[in-house]
Amino acid sequence: MRKEFDFRSILRNNAVTIMFVVLCIICLCYSGQTVAYVMFELFGRLSRNAFLVLALILPIVAGMGINFAMTIGAMAAQIAALWVVEWGVGGLGGFGVAALMTVPIAAFFGFLIGKLQNKMKGQEMIGGLILGYFANGLYQLLFLFVFGNLIPLKAPGLVIKGSTGVANTIDLSTERGFKYALDGIWRLPFGTALYIVCGALVVAMAVMFILKKIKLNKLIITAVAAAAACLLYQIPAVAKLFSMVNIPMVTFMVVGLLCLFNVGIMKTRLGQQFRAVGQNRTVANASGINVDRTRLIAVMISTVLAGWGQLIFVQNMGSFQTYGAHEQVGLYAGAAILVGGASIRKANNKQAILGCILFHLLFIMAPSAGKNLFGDAAIGEYFRVFISYGVIALALVMHAWSGIQKRKKAKAAAE
Amino acid sequence: MHSEYVLEMQNITKRYGENTVLSDVSLSIKPGEIHALLGENGAGKSTLMNILFGMPVIHDTGGFEGKVLLDGEEAGIFSPHDAMMKGIGMVHQEFMLLPGFTITENIKLNREISNPHFFSRIFGKNLESLDMKVMSSDARKALDSVGMNIDEYTMVHGLPVGYMQFVEIAREIDKSGVKLLVFDEPTAVLTESEATQLISVMKKIAESGIAVIFITHRLDEVMAASDSITILRDGKLVSTLRTSETNIVEMAERMIGRKGESMVDLEKRENPHETVALHIKDLRVEMPGERVNGLDLDVYEGEILGIGGLAGQGKLGIPNGIMGLYEAEGEVALFGEPLKIGDTSAALRAGIAMVSEDRKRVGLLLDQAIEDNIVFNAMQVRGEFLRKIGPFSLKNSKEIKETAKQMIKDLDIRCTGPLQLSGTLSGGNQQKVCIARALCMNPRFLFVSEPTRGIDIGAKKLVLETLAKLNRERGMTIVMVSSELQELRSISDRIAIVSEGKLVDILAPDAADADYGLAMSGINPSEQRRKEAAGHDEQ
Repeated sequence: MRKEFDFRSILRNNAVTIMFVVLCIICLCYSGQTVAYVMFELFGRLSRNAFLVLALILPIVAGMGINFAMTIGAMAAQIAALWVVEWGVGGLGGFGVAALMTVPIAAFFGFLIGKLQNKMKGQEMIGGLILGYFANGLYQLLFLFVFGNLIPLKAPGLVIKGSTGVANTIDLSTERGFKYALDGIWRLPFGTALYIVCGALVVAMAVMFILKKIKLNKLIITAVAAAAACLLYQIPAVAKLFSMVNIPMVTFMVVGLLCLFNVGIMKTRLGQQFRAVGQNRTVANASGINVDRTRLIAVMISTVLAGWGQLIFVQNMGSFQTYGAHEQVGLYAGAAILVGGASIRKANNKQAILGCILFHLLFIMAPSAGKNLFGDAAIGEYFRVFISYGVIALALVMHAWSGIQKRKKAKAAAE
Repeated sequence: MHSEYVLEMQNITKRYGENTVLSDVSLSIKPGEIHALLGENGAGKSTLMNILFGMPVIHDTGGFEGKVLLDGEEAGIFSPHDAMMKGIGMVHQEFMLLPGFTITENIKLNREISNPHFFSRIFGKNLESLDMKVMSSDARKALDSVGMNIDEYTMVHGLPVGYMQFVEIAREIDKSGVKLLVFDEPTAVLTESEATQLISVMKKIAESGIAVIFITHRLDEVMAASDSITILRDGKLVSTLRTSETNIVEMAERMIGRKGESMVDLEKRENPHETVALHIKDLRVEMPGERVNGLDLDVYEGEILGIGGLAGQGKLGIPNGIMGLYEAEGEVALFGEPLKIGDTSAALRAGIAMVSEDRKRVGLLLDQAIEDNIVFNAMQVRGEFLRKIGPFSLKNSKEIKETAKQMIKDLDIRCTGPLQLSGTLSGGNQQKVCIARALCMNPRFLFVSEPTRGIDIGAKKLVLETLAKLNRERGMTIVMVSSELQELRSISDRIAIVSEGKLVDILAPDAADADYGLAMSGINPSEQRRKEAAGHDEQ
């Protein structure tokens, strides 16, 4: 009896994730794509998107739900990217300048978002979403009218020919742009990357163990897992699955740094404040924590991170739609983190990464599965958009539902 | 300058606009003393504590008169943070704990111990990393001093309520430099043994030199724990007593006091006690802040039964539970027929009507005309005042208007006419509209909950007279719930006193003040008398 109950509660608590795994398997069966191709696409997409998804964690922990206003951070990044192209600072230097420029712009936007969201506690998500739409209008005004018109742009191809305003697409692959600025620094085939990562992990764990930060069993588990992964890769069939994959080492390192940041900040005073505010604003306030300020910081950090995430995204893509690249950022990142098993109250790195993997697996395979099943790739395309909205709606419903369950349980316990 | 007293509050007067809620109240506490603060609801206990803690509600409304001295020096306390810095701690009635944090994290919330490192030197103290080891050893010490041997790494989520109370206390003790601790109804949620433990912890804290203010309604705990007592009534200081020189009955008497003459003149009559109108057995209601916890009560046909008790003790839960406004269980029978509990429309159909204590939210549709308010329930529940035309039901405006006019005349509702919006009426007249609506249902049984809350004294009298008239002329059985004892004594035939969700006793309206005081603190007066008599006999 007890076991069955547990099984059901596991199923219930991870319904979204499990549903996605099943969907992914179905799609894999029908897409007709080789695993090698899927893996190639997956790692490309992971390097592009993981940072954006990880940027969502802080506001969730601080009790503000999914920061849909991260689109505004993406806009800040695109403003920075435009100017870097205009100035012609290409390559890694261009990327660095854009990243630096993003900080003040996104922080300022984040400040405004946070100020507003502090006035609408409990409705941060819908507020952020609408704010994103509103900011989009201002962004268009800026790009259509101010840039290239009031403030002339000189770089070739940046302005619409025979008209005013910034061109539809900003190309980063010229020598003025920063395509692959990060990805291209150090690329390794999957196998080599695997050995390096496993080796580094074991060494890091060993150092931690010597410094007495972790227990021995953790070190052993890591070492065994790393060895197993390396051994598994020796099987030719397995190695073949990853034959097309090239790992942009620096990009993944940056993603790893963000993961460390997310963990590290939770172990500070500030992190404790985020968690306290996220759990109960009244209690946090009573203990003297400045609730509004804490929330403001969470949103500002998230917005800046979103900006950087967007820069990583566009440097990988090599170009971006001036008027549309930012629009779906919040939606897709939000859906991804929810797929990983996060809720609008709880989220961590693992959920973000897992969610990112599952969500993009489906994205890769859905169109061709749709084509094979229904004879039309557009239906697969339709499915992935439909699913990302569906996931968010489902997560919200589940959140409300688990709240009701909890109250019922608490009542039962009280009696 | 050093004083004999830790805290002295001298001649404190506080007004909210015209309304004086505290006048000339003084209080002084020595180190290591447990001082009980007693008083009914609205006696001014919480206002006094709000002043002590510098709550914004005090300073936003023009401050207060009088002096607050800490260790003999004037203490300017303008915010709860000031109070904390000056060594005043509070153990809250509702728990101020985070369920997702461990006990250690809760005890150390916002007072974390942290170590500086590279980033924190650049970005400030907030980025210092937490030193969990030191934090948990501190927490351990605090937990030990309240006699709790639970692991300090346990999550608060899922702890029994009793434990949470002790974690709260541990947190206050852990704050360095605490001189004065305020316990606000700390035993309200505890079991008997936990309450005993809490009192011994409180004594231990006092022994270490910390002064304690103990707010409670349980007089026996006051006797058991305190050294001295301050009793407030209606914002005035009634007396300051040494616990050793008083007894429960005296305290109870002083707490209630006689507040003047009856508000309504009624002829004396025999209490009706022939037929049971409403039989309540083991009623439990989950109304937040007003839980009913196994209450038995019989109401006789034709009587006015008053239900009294302190706020939060569950008296409001009774009508709300029976009417199905909050989740409830138990046996309820109306004139011998069992009533389905938790079903509002069943209760209304059975002939029970209720005038809610929450006039503005539950009682009235403020944007609607008086006439619509009056007929609303009758129309929705019983399908009256409707005209059927094919598949459609339309409001029968003529009938509605006539009924409303009649009600306005009968209850003397002061208005410009049945079409006036009910939101624009005065409080007393709004209350009458609520009563009119209840009457429109032709009830056999009427619950009236806090009928005079927030209305002026003249209007109070009118409302009470209206209720008495309904009872005498129409023979309607009325149960009136009120926190104003004087009001209950004015028109009730019997008064039931509720404490901690249970019936303590049913008293006559002319029973002694001490009896009411005892009953409100959960002690059955006749038992107490018997106990005392037995005590005297032994001596």
